[in-house]
Amino acid sequence: MILSCSGGSNVGQLSNQAAVELTREGVGKMFCLAGIGGQLSGFVQSARDVPEMVTIDGCSVGCAKAILEKARVPLKSYLVLTDLGIEKNKNFELSSHDIRRVKEAVKALLFEK
Amino acid sequence: MEIKVLGPGCPKCRQTEKNVREAVSESGVDAEIEKVTDILKIGEYGVFGTPAVVIDGEVKSVGKIPTKEEIKRWIGK
Repeated sequence: MILSCSGGSNVGQLSNQAAVELTREGVGKMFCLAGIGGQLSGFVQSARDVPEMVTIDGCSVGCAKAILEKARVPLKSYLVLTDLGIEKNKNFELSSHDIRRVKEAVKALLFEK
Repeated sequence: MEIKVLGPGCPKCRQTEKNVREAVSESGVDAEIEKVTDILKIGEYGVFGTPAVVIDGEVKSVGKIPTKEEIKRWIGK
């Protein structure tokens, strides 16, 4: 399961784009963080029961992480994109280089297990 | 009480339904059990996988076979 913050900044949208592409490539399957935030039981329970999960936050504000904490969903693998050295801004022209870096970081988290 | 077992018919789904029926029978609770196999209807519950168990509208488990003991706990017995 891949959860991305999908927030309103370049790093939020980078998290979203990486999750979409990783799903297309069969590396994982993107799931709906909004459903968990809305406390809908199907989404919350799915996140609690899934054996493997990667959560991607764009920045250190950590909205995705906070949503999981509030829903009492254990945080498993976790990535913050600004920790990769990507600067947060409002430029939504995402670079393929950054998307690739995020995807590689997610794969590294998955394969280190 | 309304219990729904969500699953298209895989072996895990069938085992989950069996566990639910036995747990209800052993507990003696008054429950209506429905097997939901329609993928579109399953999708309405927002579950990531199947089997899933829904009790009175609340999803209790996803992607695994719950034990009879777990099910009895959910139905309050």
